Amino acid sequence: MTKVAEFAIEYTQFLDPSGRPTGRLPDFARDAAALIPLYRAMVLTRRFDAKAIALQRTGRLGTFASSLGQEAVVVGLASAMRTDDVLLPSYRETGAQLYRGVGLDELLLYWGGDERGSDFAGPKHDFPVSVPVASQCLHAVGVGYAMKLQREARVAVCVCGDGATSNGAFYEAINCAGAWRVPAVFVVNNNQWAISVPRTVQTAAETLAQKAIAAGIPGLQVDGNDVIAVRHGVAQALLRARAGDGPSVVEALTYRMSDHTTADDASRYRSAEAVSERWATDPIPRLRTYLVEAGAWTKADEERLVEEINGDIDAAVERYLKTQPQPPEAMFDYLYAELPRALAEQRAAAAASRGDDHA
Amino acid sequence: MPEVTLVGAVTMALARAMAEDERVVVLGEDVGVNGGVFRATQGLLERFGRERVIDTPLAELAIAGVSVGMAAAGLKPVAEIQFSGFIYPAIDQVVSHASRLRNRTRGRLSCPMVLRAPCGGGIHAPEHHGESNEAMFAHMPGLRVVIPSSPQRAYGLLLAAIRDPDPVIFLEPARIYRAVKQEVADDGEALPLDTCFVLREGRDVTLITWGAMVKETLAAAETLAAEAVSAEVIDVATLKLLDTDTILASVEKTGRCVIVHEAAHTGGFGAEIAARIAEKGLLSLQAPLERVAGYDTIPPLPRLEHHYMPSEARILAAARRALAFA
Repeated sequence: MTKVAEFAIEYTQFLDPSGRPTGRLPDFARDAAALIPLYRAMVLTRRFDAKAIALQRTGRLGTFASSLGQEAVVVGLASAMRTDDVLLPSYRETGAQLYRGVGLDELLLYWGGDERGSDFAGPKHDFPVSVPVASQCLHAVGVGYAMKLQREARVAVCVCGDGATSNGAFYEAINCAGAWRVPAVFVVNNNQWAISVPRTVQTAAETLAQKAIAAGIPGLQVDGNDVIAVRHGVAQALLRARAGDGPSVVEALTYRMSDHTTADDASRYRSAEAVSERWATDPIPRLRTYLVEAGAWTKADEERLVEEINGDIDAAVERYLKTQPQPPEAMFDYLYAELPRALAEQRAAAAASRGDDHA
Repeated sequence: MPEVTLVGAVTMALARAMAEDERVVVLGEDVGVNGGVFRATQGLLERFGRERVIDTPLAELAIAGVSVGMAAAGLKPVAEIQFSGFIYPAIDQVVSHASRLRNRTRGRLSCPMVLRAPCGGGIHAPEHHGESNEAMFAHMPGLRVVIPSSPQRAYGLLLAAIRDPDPVIFLEPARIYRAVKQEVADDGEALPLDTCFVLREGRDVTLITWGAMVKETLAAAETLAAEAVSAEVIDVATLKLLDTDTILASVEKTGRCVIVHEAAHTGGFGAEIAARIAEKGLLSLQAPLERVAGYDTIPPLPRLEHHYMPSEARILAAARRALAFA
């Protein structure tokens, strides 16, 4: 027997769960103060998450997918990107969308059941939330192909969950991306749960990152609760992509602390104890401890931050709740670039139903 | 003016679109070096290069999904699915994304892509190579569904589909890919995507069809003419969005109508046309509507296929029933 190939998956962590560096930090993290925007974004994501759930529970928001406990994944990946890169999120990347400039009120509008929430003011080229799992991975290949064809040093960054890596679209995407060497990064937010199906039941693969190997592209694992590790891993992948060296898969290991969505009850399939143990690896105190010990963060800073974030969220909620629904005929207005003659009659009928809302 | 077949007209339109707009890219299985299994993309690789004429991995879902991403990012992909029988894996991307990207972002992003596929039976091919699934696509909001039936219409409609700012499913009847040659001017003139084509004017009965069945339907009209019956033949061409006006005007004139399609009877697009006539033209009918369609069976393998396909005889029988009704 001859060994024809050999592979390994590397795992990266910079801060241990207690917030202590495990070794030399990457350049961007050398100055602790430079990490404050990441900390701020993680806190904002968590507070927004809590508010969204509260709004849903009181009937003022639709079904919402929480990212509780996974803030380092979404903030880490977004902070590694450039503004002109393209984000192709699934439905659990609120923090990445916020970091890139999508408005709090726009996100509320989307989750509140209004298409206008996906017509965000910026960044205009980012994709909206993709609900069918793994489907957005293929879009990232097409976006990356367009960038490459147009000789742009931009990258398509797509995010999917652990469950999505079982889907054919994921495999087809990483295979195509590898074959064409497109500038794309596939971030797998491995939160260990696909609704009720745990990671161990999802696949016999030892890691999800190794799926990249079959596609002929690099696959790496990072501690998804260490924002420095996520940012570093994604930044490395972005660098490769921008240099024309093709796509990568970055598997971020984290844990879904919440229900799958507000429509789910995770107590049906996992114990409260198993979840509560995971608070020891919470990404937010981890970075806070590091910042405090580095002398870059104080109790007063924390209080000021929370006050500021609460103010921003409250103002966004107010704007969201004041936003009137679109008129019924609006469902026709972006179906095609122009309203087809064949739909004029139906549109008129919808317009005439205005005011029937509460009939 | 060159004389070309329907598939030749497809190639001509693709080349024209690629020459006039550098955002147009062609992708699919074997479309590059091989020029497509039906040679629809013959010569494009040599002329436009491998960056714009892309041999894809053998994955239909990817072909559709990658096209969505390309389209949203500013390209105009024209993707080929090798046979419409292999289009089913691609439907997820067509329905879940291509058709709704503009709507769900309120116009911030859009999806100007064309998904081409040879369709229909009668080419003595193996299983899964003879599907007529146009009604599935015509049911889905946000799409356009187009089926040409002649070289001239293939050229003009495909150019229109590529220039259209929204997704178009472009189904090409493989049975008539090389059935006739026609003079087609490579003048870049597109045909409208919102009208049916009246191929033959008549007073006594309206025969409505599309795609390869236009051939048998025109033959039936010719036979009827010899019997002093004047049949009007309409090629629907664009199933979605449907030009109901042309159909209603014809039925109002003739009072009798036969709808012909190769796809299975139940839920075929003929049902939609029949319903439109029932809604808006019922009182102009002087006889019950007739539908001549494929049976509600799995399309048989080649040895039985000719029994499945609506024949000129079946069309004539239906037309005569309609004409005899008093």
